[in-house]
Amino acid sequence: MRQKKSTLIITFATTTQAMAVEKFCQDHELPGRIIPVPREITAGCGLSWKAAPEDRERLADALRDGGLGWEEMHIIEI
Amino acid sequence: MIYLDNAATTLQKPQCVIDAVVRAMNSMGNASRGAHSSSLSASRVVYDTRCKIAKLFGCSRADHVVFTCNSTEALNIALGGLFVSGDHVITTDLEHNSVLRPLYRLEKEGIISLNFVPADVKGRPDYSAFETLIRRNTKAIVCTHASNLTGNMIDLERVGRIARDHGILLVVDASQTAGAVPIDMERMNIDVLCFTGHKGLMAPQGTGGLCIREGVEIRPFKVGGSGVHSYDKEQPSAYPTRLEAGTLNSHGIAGLSAALDYLNEVGIETIRSKETMLMQRFYEGVSRLDGITVYGDFDFERTAVVTLNIGDEDSAIISDVLYEDYGIATRPGAHCAPRMHEALGTTEQGAVRFSFSWFNTEEEVDEAIRAVAELAES
Ligand SMILES: Cc1ncc(COP(=O)(O)O)c(C=O)c1O
Repeated sequence: MRQKKSTLIITFATTTQAMAVEKFCQDHELPGRIIPVPREITAGCGLSWKAAPEDRERLADALRDGGLGWEEMHIIEI
Repeated sequence: MIYLDNAATTLQKPQCVIDAVVRAMNSMGNASRGAHSSSLSASRVVYDTRCKIAKLFGCSRADHVVFTCNSTEALNIALGGLFVSGDHVITTDLEHNSVLRPLYRLEKEGIISLNFVPADVKGRPDYSAFETLIRRNTKAIVCTHASNLTGNMIDLERVGRIARDHGILLVVDASQTAGAVPIDMERMNIDVLCFTGHKGLMAPQGTGGLCIREGVEIRPFKVGGSGVHSYDKEQPSAYPTRLEAGTLNSHGIAGLSAALDYLNEVGIETIRSKETMLMQRFYEGVSRLDGITVYGDFDFERTAVVTLNIGDEDSAIISDVLYEDYGIATRPGAHCAPRMHEALGTTEQGAVRFSFSWFNTEEEVDEAIRAVAELAES
């Protein structure tokens, strides 16, 4: 069996929000990538941003400063 | 063929636009409907294009750029979703049926009352009327940026100031100017800008949209699949999803994206000055001929359109002869702008419209002048 890992998942209300975050993170060399929303989370948009749990504060600060929108941040085992 | 019907649609598109559509059709899935690479590639292209459109038109938020299949759909969404019972709306005699018919329908349904800013015989709007027509319940001014019939532009900065001073919305039909004339929603105080992709933007047909100022609420006109919030019974409320039910024309949007790159590379000002030069050259060539009536005002800002009649000849016949005998494509008849024809006095005769694009040449213009001269003589 695959070993589950603790992961940061950021969810979005719209695909546009997800795309904006992807572009912003790429432009600012912030960690993570787009994955489908894991089933244990309910979110508006089926896309989410996956990163390591330790990046949570850094991402939250950067996204907030950049004026980007998201729904929620979760740390889950996947 | 010499194609001078660019106000209807630009026939020649930059090669990069064609290539982008072909590439997209080989690689793009459904935007916003998955996280596999083909769906994501569509989502990225669509998002990127929103950013470019927002930048081009001075829309402060890329997520307030909503894609539609043309400006008719954008106008229907805007006009159908902005007004409530009892609202008063001001529009102008210059408008196209895609503004008029949605407004007439709302008027007939008893939702809005409607007044028109009149145009004179040269097709110029009476600017003082924008202000004198305003009432306590006026919700919006809806107006075109340029007449598709005469090419005359409306001074949007001036109208925008009036709208702002009275706290009413300004909704603009930019079908004739998007891509061909600089537009800045901030400077012009535009609340909703409706555009189509297939004319001045030189993008594929089936692209267009609306740019919405932050804080302006438009109710959705169609509801359905959005790829997000799938278990909600209502259409998601966040823009752009709120107004974008259904699969987008991502292949076309990929073409629009390439067209925007092309426009930025060449520069809208460069394109505008070439088109204006061609229009001016044609105007000077035909206006000195006997028996020619040219419509509109040539002393004010205008798009690359010259509309004329020869004597009292049926415009449809003239346009047909131009095509059959000279290989010149123009548009005759009524141009979906009934009130403008009334103002110009051309409801019976129609008028022959010559409209120029970035890809036309001076030689083509000169041939068109020669053709008109021959027809005027005969
Ligand atoms: C002024 C104006 N408004 C609206 C439209 C409608 O554009 P579309 O057919 O792309 O929706 C046109 C084009 O025919 C136009 O010239």
